[in-house]
Amino acid sequence: MQSYRIRRINWTDLFMWLVGAALLALIIGGSYLTLQQGKYTAVQWFDLAVFGLAQGSVYALIALGYTLVYGILRMINFAHSEIFMGGAFIGYFAATSMQRSGFMEANPYLGIVIIFLVAMTTSVIIAVLLERIAYRPLRGAPRLVPLITAIGASYFLQYVFRGFFGTQNRAYPEIAVIKGTFPLFGDFQIQKIQVIVIIAAALMMAFLAVFVQYTKTGKAMRAVSEDKSVAALMGIDVDKIIVSTFVLGAALAGAAGVLYSFMFRIVTFYMGFIPGLKAFTAAVLGGIGNPPGAMLGGLFLGIFESLGPTLFLDGLGIPAPYQLKDVIAFTMLVMVLIFRPTGILGERLSKTKA
Amino acid sequence: MNKRLLALLTLLVIASMALAACGGGAATEAPAEEPAAEEPAAEEPAAEEPAGAFECTDAIGCVSIAPGDPIHIAYALTVSGATASLGEDSKGAIEIAIADRGGELLGHPIELSGEDTLCNAEGGQAAGTKISADATIIGVIGTNCSSEARAAMPLISQAGMVMISPSNTNPDLTDPSHPDQHDGYFRTAHNDLFQGRIAAEFAYNELGVRKAATIHDGSPYAESLQRVFAEVFAELGGEVTAQEAINVGDTDMKPVLTSIATGAPEIIYFPIFEPEGNLIAAQSREVAGLETVLLMGADGLFADTFPEATGSAADGMYLSGPYVDVNDSAYGEFLAKWADQIGGVPPSGFHAHAYDATNMLLNGIEEVAVVDADGTVHIGRQALRDYLYGLSNYDGLTGNLTCNENGDCATGEALGVFKLSTEEVNGAWPPPVFWQP
Repeated sequence: MQSYRIRRINWTDLFMWLVGAALLALIIGGSYLTLQQGKYTAVQWFDLAVFGLAQGSVYALIALGYTLVYGILRMINFAHSEIFMGGAFIGYFAATSMQRSGFMEANPYLGIVIIFLVAMTTSVIIAVLLERIAYRPLRGAPRLVPLITAIGASYFLQYVFRGFFGTQNRAYPEIAVIKGTFPLFGDFQIQKIQVIVIIAAALMMAFLAVFVQYTKTGKAMRAVSEDKSVAALMGIDVDKIIVSTFVLGAALAGAAGVLYSFMFRIVTFYMGFIPGLKAFTAAVLGGIGNPPGAMLGGLFLGIFESLGPTLFLDGLGIPAPYQLKDVIAFTMLVMVLIFRPTGILGERLSKTKA
Repeated sequence: MNKRLLALLTLLVIASMALAACGGGAATEAPAEEPAAEEPAAEEPAAEEPAGAFECTDAIGCVSIAPGDPIHIAYALTVSGATASLGEDSKGAIEIAIADRGGELLGHPIELSGEDTLCNAEGGQAAGTKISADATIIGVIGTNCSSEARAAMPLISQAGMVMISPSNTNPDLTDPSHPDQHDGYFRTAHNDLFQGRIAAEFAYNELGVRKAATIHDGSPYAESLQRVFAEVFAELGGEVTAQEAINVGDTDMKPVLTSIATGAPEIIYFPIFEPEGNLIAAQSREVAGLETVLLMGADGLFADTFPEATGSAADGMYLSGPYVDVNDSAYGEFLAKWADQIGGVPPSGFHAHAYDATNMLLNGIEEVAVVDADGTVHIGRQALRDYLYGLSNYDGLTGNLTCNENGDCATGEALGVFKLSTEEVNGAWPPPVFWQP
């Protein structure tokens, strides 16, 4: 084993390890300097971490949709970001109409549930139509074909929404019950909306884990993911399982859309693109095709984006470090992929596949 | 498989034939005009005017429009993607300005064609290439983003056309010592040098603040605006605690705001666009130390959607922008036309600039045109440029426009600082002017 290891190391590997070590030194050195300067208080670090966690939860929810579909079809559903956008958009209409009619004020909790249901239903409808119209006819096609179709479908959906609802930024109504903060100890406090986002996302992810692990459909999904044709021989309706995968991913994306618009209170036809890209990154980071990996990747990315620029770069005296947040996030992605090509949790998957 | 391939090939052949047919129509038109535009004097009359009545003496060529042919102008605006509202806003105003004249000029129909410039250099480059290749185009309204103008303007200037931008504000574009300045470029938008200075003077003298922080989004517009603001603010004696930057498309502004909070500024100046501006305003209220900091933006955020989308955080925020008198009947009429022809209200803040730009261009064409007895119209390209460079005291929706020799037509007089209140948050628009230099 030892000799095998040594034999395998070549110059490229060595170089990559050196780059990795240099980056690690930069990260540790930068963090040390930042913390030593004491520019930021503990409260500020806490706020940033919680914010990153909330952002990461939303990424994780979207990432699950990418990873579920990939796990089953081995295709990247690039239109998933538009499924997210569609849910958020129609949820917005539900929210504003309830706000205008005064229903929201009278029954805030019921109202929020209705927003979620409307958004999730919309997302599911979009996803099912997408699967039926754009993906199923290409089931047997080479892998690149559905990928390009997905990109096309993504643009199609984006511009359908633009055509119907225009280009302006729409303001999400302020819902009174989710405004404000929960005081913790001392100066520490936490935004209500962030608590809601984190808890809601955690609940949904737990639900998904139970669903995939313990229900019949979940078991069938895992079987189809292992091998479609053998699963079909075992009497599993593969088409039905694929549709349910899309439904599951879309429902999560719709919920993520609502949480996202609760947090940022802006809805546009274009809003899916960046979160979609980040969530896709999160899915790859965690190991695409692996649901727990997607969750982990999402949280990891959210926290890194929130804390990274300040923690690593501020102390090094780099001006406007925040602009480099995506650089940090994607450098992390590259580093993870160099040392663990299948993602953080991807190993188990690749072993079972091999 | 072979059959399918054959079918596909057949389809492709048919499609290409159809396309060729479409293209053919345009191609036959273009050569007729091309000599007029590209070769100034010698062969022009022979090729273009059998009657020999008109001889083009213009230094950079003429465009001749035969009776019944359209007068062709183009737009180069960002009509898709995240900044689509900016482009739609300008485009609507151009359409209204054309409709105001019944779609006709000098007895010729006005043809408006357009390119999407995507608010980046690549889009500007593509649009500039396409527009400059079409010699029937007399002038261009565009671009929206300064980055687009940088790429498009060399080509458009080379082709002898004029371009009037409703919303480029980067100082370089009209700085004669800068390579980005080109002949034939004009703008009705305010140069950042005016707006940044006014914002800094307002903050220092009027609000009396001494510590300021700025945020830009990496666009030439915001970057130069905040730089001018910071320079002037420091010149006046104030302290600039941070000059931060975000990326277009960011939604989480907490980290950058937390970093800004450590400098304890009294005002944050973020001359950026929606939706990033909304997010900064809203999230600044949730960051410890910034709960009561003054907020100030520029005309990029001067849109009715901004206070509504931002909510209570926009209450009390200052915006610098073009001072358009709402009680001015001309602007009211414009809004009525918008509601009538396009519907709703303009989605962004540069429609009045675009309207003025279009009218300046159309007036210029009308002014310099030489009309033959048979109705053929000749427009000297240099004459049109000269007309615009010499334009003074044009009374537009955005105030008094006087173009200088570098292409700046907005004089900076018509800028104002506006203060948002709960009324705007609840949908009233536009806000009352708070201060004028």
